[in-house]
Amino acid sequence: MTDPTPAVAPRNPVSRMVAAFGRFWWEFLIGDTPELFVGAVLVVGLVALVCVDHGARAWAAVLLPVLVAGLLGSSVWRAKRRGAS
Amino acid sequence: MIATTTVHSGSIVLAVAVFLACAVEMVEALTIVVAVGSTRGWRSALEGTAVALLVLGALVVALGPAIVRYVPLGTLRLVVGGLLLVFGLQWLRKAVLRASGLKAKHDEDAIFARHVEELSGTGAGRGRDATAFVVAFKGVFLEGLEVVVVVITLGTTSHDLGLAALAAAAAIVVVGAVGAAVARQLSSVPENAMKMGVGLMLVSFGTFWSGEGVGVHWPGSDLAIPVLVGVYGLGAWALVVSLRPGSAAKISALLPGAGGSANHD
Repeated sequence: MTDPTPAVAPRNPVSRMVAAFGRFWWEFLIGDTPELFVGAVLVVGLVALVCVDHGARAWAAVLLPVLVAGLLGSSVWRAKRRGAS
Repeated sequence: MIATTTVHSGSIVLAVAVFLACAVEMVEALTIVVAVGSTRGWRSALEGTAVALLVLGALVVALGPAIVRYVPLGTLRLVVGGLLLVFGLQWLRKAVLRASGLKAKHDEDAIFARHVEELSGTGAGRGRDATAFVVAFKGVFLEGLEVVVVVITLGTTSHDLGLAALAAAAAIVVVGAVGAAVARQLSSVPENAMKMGVGLMLVSFGTFWSGEGVGVHWPGSDLAIPVLVGVYGLGAWALVVSLRPGSAAKISALLPGAGGSANHD
């Protein structure tokens, strides 16, 4: 018979530090609002694509704040629908 | 003349953003330190606080100049702008939800009472107290890490790390002095309004720098930052008003043809 509860090997200080570092950045950037992280990446990516076209570049200075404001609005309304997390 | 004006407007917004961010986090840290000091003795609580501030300062000194030296400016602006954008949106979202009453406000009194209850459970000895030291250190260090990120990101992209560090140090001194004077009345600090202000500035800096990083040409250069603060401020205000309970009924009452459906009292 084998032991059904194998002992968990104690983690060394380095892996604990790496895990804590990763946890900090996860909480810092994503936390309970992953839509803000994903949305910000998409918004900046879209504006980068707009800036490739020199004719459309002039609109980027207007487009970026509008998209960011829209992202904030949609996240806040999402929170309202979920009962303000 | 224009260059001087733009440099000053950017520097002022930078200093205000760092000062407010640091002040908000310091209020939260101070709540913990005051709870530790008043229940287990001030000596170890203040030692834990001082060591945490030293470690945080060392992080800024070690990381800030290295980032400026080794990371290309375009990459720095894009990455830092993205970081500030995400971080600022989180702060602003929380502040909007609190201002509109959809989320409970940060209650320093409740946090203070909880810490006092936890720390009173075990007896404090004379002299140095390891528990008081560790709790004060952790409180200040963890709250301060966010400030370190704000100081480094804003300071390096603006090429004014010294001003950002100075603004953070000023906030520590001011909040520390006010905290010493009012002691347990930290709940009277308008924390949500400060958080709203910081969120607006972080999102504005984030928009500006990430835009610069991908090739956006801002009209007026650095002067676009205060304009962005104003635009986002209006947007946040509109969100708060529209989210307040009863606002939908009030709006529908103003619309023609809404009939008697606006009976919200």
